[in-house]
Amino acid sequence: MYLLESIGTALIDWSRAQFALTACYHWLFVPLTLGLALIMALMETQYVRTGEAFWKDTARFWQKLFGINFAVGVATGLILEFEFGTNWSNYSWFVGDIFGAPLAIEGIVAFFMESTFIGVMFFGWDKVGRGFHLASTWLTGIGATLSAWWILVANSWMQHPVGMELNPLTVRSEMTDFFAVAFAPEAAMKFLHTVSSGWLTGAVFVVAVSSWFLLRGRNGRTALASMRIAAVTGLVSGLIVMGTGDQSGVNIAKGQPMKLAAAEGLRQGGPQAPFSIVPGIEVPGMLSMLATHDFNGYVPGIDNLLDGYTAPDGTEHLSAEEKMQRGKLAVQAFSKLRAMQGDSLATPEEQAVANKEYKENLPYFGYGFISDKEQLVPPVWLVYWSFRIMVGTGMALMLLFVLVAWFSRKKGNLAERRWLLHAGMWCLPLAYLGGQAGWIVAEVGRQPWAIQDLLPVNAAVSSLSPQAVQTTFFIFLALFTALLFVELRIMFKAIREHKAE
Amino acid sequence: MSQLFLQQYWWFLVSLLGGLLVFLLFVQGGGSLIFCVGHTPEERSRLVGATGRKWEITFTTLVTFGGAFFASFPLFYSTSFGGAYWVWMLILCCFVLQAVSYEFQAKQGAWLSQKSWRRVLAVSGLLAPLLIGMAVGTFFNGAAFTVDKSAIGALPGTDFSPVISRWANCWHGLDALANPWNWVLGLAVMFLARVLGAMYMVNNLDGEETLRARLRRRMLIDGVPFALLFVAFLTHVLTMDGLASNPDTGIIAAEPFKYLHNALALPAVTAALLIGAVLVLTGMALTWLRPGFVRGIWLSGTGTVLAVLGLLLLAGLNNTAYYPSTANSACSLTIENSSSGLFTLQVMSAVSLLIPFVLAYIFYAWRAIDKGGKDKNY
Repeated sequence: MYLLESIGTALIDWSRAQFALTACYHWLFVPLTLGLALIMALMETQYVRTGEAFWKDTARFWQKLFGINFAVGVATGLILEFEFGTNWSNYSWFVGDIFGAPLAIEGIVAFFMESTFIGVMFFGWDKVGRGFHLASTWLTGIGATLSAWWILVANSWMQHPVGMELNPLTVRSEMTDFFAVAFAPEAAMKFLHTVSSGWLTGAVFVVAVSSWFLLRGRNGRTALASMRIAAVTGLVSGLIVMGTGDQSGVNIAKGQPMKLAAAEGLRQGGPQAPFSIVPGIEVPGMLSMLATHDFNGYVPGIDNLLDGYTAPDGTEHLSAEEKMQRGKLAVQAFSKLRAMQGDSLATPEEQAVANKEYKENLPYFGYGFISDKEQLVPPVWLVYWSFRIMVGTGMALMLLFVLVAWFSRKKGNLAERRWLLHAGMWCLPLAYLGGQAGWIVAEVGRQPWAIQDLLPVNAAVSSLSPQAVQTTFFIFLALFTALLFVELRIMFKAIREHKAE
Repeated sequence: MSQLFLQQYWWFLVSLLGGLLVFLLFVQGGGSLIFCVGHTPEERSRLVGATGRKWEITFTTLVTFGGAFFASFPLFYSTSFGGAYWVWMLILCCFVLQAVSYEFQAKQGAWLSQKSWRRVLAVSGLLAPLLIGMAVGTFFNGAAFTVDKSAIGALPGTDFSPVISRWANCWHGLDALANPWNWVLGLAVMFLARVLGAMYMVNNLDGEETLRARLRRRMLIDGVPFALLFVAFLTHVLTMDGLASNPDTGIIAAEPFKYLHNALALPAVTAALLIGAVLVLTGMALTWLRPGFVRGIWLSGTGTVLAVLGLLLLAGLNNTAYYPSTANSACSLTIENSSSGLFTLQVMSAVSLLIPFVLAYIFYAWRAIDKGGKDKNY
């Protein structure tokens, strides 16, 4: 009737590239939405508390910039949601039972809140009471933050699948424990880390724009007041980013050791594993400390993970070849159990044997789809350098906020510290670079897994021609780039023409 | 609660979201009218401002429609989105362009001129309803896909091919364009979106009697083809063969007049469909015949939600394949064979209890803004 197209690397690579492209662009707009939502709500709270028109104008200025940024974030998010279906068809069926739920809840609980109250925020000035308007501004931000919660629950579940059972009869993973999925500690950590990095980005944005005003001797009062709020927001969220980043490291060491090994470029691990600052400069024992909170903790390297190793506590870890073998057995038993369904010839004994084989090998199910153990290693250099960029930019931003907070005291004469104002402007691209690098660590670092140990990307993809996906990739590349370009122009114009006093 | 009850409940919710989505396409339809009705840039500004800041709600409804479908009927999500690739990609692009052109047309420094962004707004406002209508058309007219759940048992090798849902031709959704009945529904939805957009603006543009008169005229010009196309599609559906699944064996077979049988077997659904259609037409008639009448959007909007709800319920309830496969009818999707598991449906049903609360605050927030006076200029 028609040819069964086999799944080749070109299709997988273009599908991954398209998803990565959409996610990267989405994450250019979302952190600013999250960050400005918090800052503008704090400013409007000041207005309602003090009744000063100055705070109202300041809040409205940042809300205007928030509005310019908002639409493109929503637009790229829409595409991201549907790409699970369009490009990862097998994935959508195989885990739709679990993965679909947070997406639907995100829509019902979060997006409607965000999209309803953003209307009140923009069109409700002088039409609704102050209290109602302030509540709407907060609810816009809370809606955005709640949506981040649910999508990060979904993302975290892919990296750390819990609360489910793989059912051979229905051929899918089925949810068994909603609370294990929705309130997994890994999800909470990911949420806090991601959202606080958004607040950080918003704070840097405010510092950068304010610095530009001060350097040109314009809108001084707005700029200084905004910088004070941004500095405090930045410091607090920076501390959260660091704390949750540290805990995420421990979680990754447990659940995704290959990601950690790749992020460190660690071929041979062991106890007292060193932390590499850049190639050639190492801090002895530091990686063990970060990954296990113990200088003597054992951290496996890439080769250990591929060849198999025995942990100090005596636990045997299988080699990649063995895992692939066990995975094949699991997939075969899975098929056998499905075939036995409704087959009256299969005796209970045969079913029990197949079931036992399936259960024993289930933890390695996804390895059955791997044909070469090298596929299990993510691109090391990309993850390694992204990790360093993420951490490095984060530290630079913390330093910036400490300085801005210090000099924005009454006696600090911030407006005269031109070097700091220049630094404040140049830190803005760093914040975006750090955010992108963070997602590269998280998502490239977990390759080849769409769902950790359960479904690699080659078994998750849709059956399309590589050319079709390539075409949409370039369409989206052109579209998103144009949208970014236009947004930046509108944003720059709005900032340039802002006159507060 | 039984699995079947929850499957039906979720089919109802998905259908309701579908109805709300088609109603909210008035934002798209309104956008497509700005050049037909507005003769000067100022008039166009007032028309664009009249649909107000509503595009986010349409957008959110589409996202929630997708999310709800994903959570409750994941096999549809994986089969249709991954298979009818081009149609869905085009729909997404139209929505994205509609949203950003709405935002950009009112902004300084937006690279293209205001008029260019408004053209994008108008064209995407025409295409999105057309394509959504065509996609919904395939719920009755079928699509060329196959489903083989055993495929995932494939092991790596030379022709590794573990994909469960596949498209049976290389057109990946563009084949929907070859079926004239998909065009009939697509065009009907397109004209309906314009009718609703015109009515919404008539309701919103207080004191703009010239524009209102033009909008009324335009509503009639679009309303007549809508009514003809809709009646034609309904007649087609009620007389066509459908695929019925045997509730005991799950075996799917063709049944003449399947949807007519559904309509007779499900009187409440038929009532919703017919009352909806009558409300839509009444809203149109009153808007045209009574110059002072501005509440047409209330009648026709409610009617749209009811009619689409009824139509989608006819497609999915009473053991009907809501996504018939033209490649292999045994692969057709029913609410029973495509849904998620019992536990997920239960959890999602608990979450769905929040929906009335969400609708209530949307209503409250919009009223609060409208009571404070309408925007004359956006």
